[in-house]
Amino acid sequence: MPEFLGPFLEVLIGGLLAGILYSLVALGFVLIFKASGVFNFAQGAMVLFAALALVRSIEVLQSWGVNAGLAIVIGFLFSGALMVALAFAVERMVLRPLVNQEGIILFMATIGITFFIDGFGQQIFGSDAYQLDIGIPKESIFLLEGVFEGGILVNELDLWAGATAGLLVLGLALFFQKTRIGRALRAVADDHQAAQSVGIPLNHIWVIVWAVAGIVALVAGTIWGSKLGVQFSIAQIALKALPVLILGGFTSVPGAIIGGLIIGAGEKLAEVYIGLPYFDGGIENWFAYMLALVFLLIRPQGLFGERIIERI
Amino acid sequence: MSRFNWYVSAAAAAAMLAGTALPAFAQEQFIPVLSYRSGAYAPNGIPFANGFTDYLKLIQERDGGVNGVKLAFEECETGYATDRGVECYERLKAKGATGASAVSPLSTGITFALTEKVPGDKIPLITMGYGRSESSVGSVFTWNFPILGTYWSAADILLQHIAQISGGTAKLKGKKIALVYHDSPYGKEPIPVLEDRAKSWGYKFQAIPVTHPGVEQKSAWLQIRQSRPDFVFLWGWGVMNSTSVKEAAAVNYPRDKMYGVWWSGAEPDVTPAGDGAKGYNALALHPPGSDFVVHREVFKHVYDKGKGSAKKEEVGEVLYNRGLINAMLTVEGIRTAMAKHGNKPMTGEQVRWGLENLDLTPAKIAALGFEGLVPAVKLSCADHEGVARAYIQQWDGKKWVKKSDWIAADQSYLRPMMEAAAKKYGQGKNIQPRDCGKQS
Repeated sequence: MPEFLGPFLEVLIGGLLAGILYSLVALGFVLIFKASGVFNFAQGAMVLFAALALVRSIEVLQSWGVNAGLAIVIGFLFSGALMVALAFAVERMVLRPLVNQEGIILFMATIGITFFIDGFGQQIFGSDAYQLDIGIPKESIFLLEGVFEGGILVNELDLWAGATAGLLVLGLALFFQKTRIGRALRAVADDHQAAQSVGIPLNHIWVIVWAVAGIVALVAGTIWGSKLGVQFSIAQIALKALPVLILGGFTSVPGAIIGGLIIGAGEKLAEVYIGLPYFDGGIENWFAYMLALVFLLIRPQGLFGERIIERI
Repeated sequence: MSRFNWYVSAAAAAAMLAGTALPAFAQEQFIPVLSYRSGAYAPNGIPFANGFTDYLKLIQERDGGVNGVKLAFEECETGYATDRGVECYERLKAKGATGASAVSPLSTGITFALTEKVPGDKIPLITMGYGRSESSVGSVFTWNFPILGTYWSAADILLQHIAQISGGTAKLKGKKIALVYHDSPYGKEPIPVLEDRAKSWGYKFQAIPVTHPGVEQKSAWLQIRQSRPDFVFLWGWGVMNSTSVKEAAAVNYPRDKMYGVWWSGAEPDVTPAGDGAKGYNALALHPPGSDFVVHREVFKHVYDKGKGSAKKEEVGEVLYNRGLINAMLTVEGIRTAMAKHGNKPMTGEQVRWGLENLDLTPAKIAALGFEGLVPAVKLSCADHEGVARAYIQQWDGKKWVKKSDWIAADQSYLRPMMEAAAKKYGQGKNIQPRDCGKQS
């Protein structure tokens, strides 16, 4: 077996698994864009907010003597309810007054929501680094030790993230394709006014989609929080999701997953095999955007995005 | 008037009243506090800011200020961002009776930016344990004070330590040392020393950058796993530190072969990694703990009056103590200046003189309550660093344990390097070095 193959496979698999973690965040963006045509800049802040609510509620419950398992369950219910409440608040205070406004206006509004959630979350839950342990295994596994010297390193937490992302995609695909609400969401995304004219209640739909995106943010926050600890930086993971969206398309759930895999593997391979030997390293951040840009030039709607043709 | 207009008018009136309240600073010594209590680096910025402000409160509550001159301070949130740091500096530099006494930005990036500005504004820049390494040469860097250590000192101390445990510098020949660093001016600072020593001591040096904020380090640690260096030096800040320790655990790199700089050796750097951080080493610029005389004073005069900035149990954490020491050096610079210029609010220029003539003898350190926390420090026109020493501490899963004696940086090696770098900087900026023999 060639000597380079083991390290190469390790970087490749590590990159693919990192990409799935990006996809978890990208999924939240896709959901809201697909259903409301709004690019939700606040998705990263929602991930942080949900993770902070979860970790702090578990801490408080445990300090009251509640056993760890029950505290985790109640913590999830509390933070899930908080994300639904946030969806109601966003719809009532931001989206409803802006109905039928241009997409760019709604986008600007989500920037405002981002800064509000970032600051408000840290005010009420604190801005320290909190350790989140909900029992997800984090040990390293070494695959194919008999074939490659030292084996191929994989982390259990990354495998859990992959499985979680798979389940989410399956659930969301069923939700969008097989339910009345899912079909209504897609109708609203195509045209607010037309959807309203056939009796689809726009306000309810927006609450539902923001609530679902909030739950996805909670899942992403749980995985990222277990990996890194819950602290402000996980809000910036959203920046990692942007090239994934550009590549996968803003409206495709499978696109978010495939985009994540390509970006994750691409940036890690580029860093190890191009960045460190030729550029003193540190290229993976901009390489991901460059990769996305190249795709954009070839296929502007992304890999799986819908091609929109406007007739004039 | 509509209700909305009424609110707007009331807000405008309140803002005008707030503006007229500013002259309250009139006869006070103003100290700007550039802090970061939110954002990616908050877990490290908060304890430092708490220590810094608690010491100023202690001086106010216990002594009524410095020699009868009350202190005034105002915090400004920089978020560890250079642009916001410069904005804070600009906003606060002219406050108080005599403007800002001195500024401590707690960021090498902001330090680089302010190094260009402070000579014009005549405000000293205190960068305790960070900043530009060559700025310890006071003849060129008149306004910079990297007191107690620079990154070149830190790199040299780490190399001395691993040489010692390896059996001498000759034993480092052929060994591999990797530097995992924050890809910023801060993280790049030790590279010249590590590269230069690699040439003379014969070890192989590998520098691996991690981009801000350092949450994604998989490729860096896969590199470490493949190259298996004998030692890894960590030059991180904020979340990058704990992520590095976690990734080291994930790739099974032995934590006891990892050595962090003193900005990678606080509680928030290891606690998120749990048991994975056991055995990790870092430099200590000073000991942690709240059993020093100054802490008893802080508890008595600040916390017992309900005016403390931190939770009581956080007093004595590594970065809290560092903030405390930084504020003490600022206050003693002001006090030294008053000894020459009289007991009144000092200008930045006068405080600069005070810092340059700072002479904290062991007796003075003890009187201030810092015995065991800070060594004797004497600055001069030529030397703005004063003393550069540290020891190795190791995380045992619950607390930092001292693992070595104090190690002093090798000034016979570093000083010529610093002077050459300072000279080059001075030539580039058309700075005529001061003749330190003629300074009073």
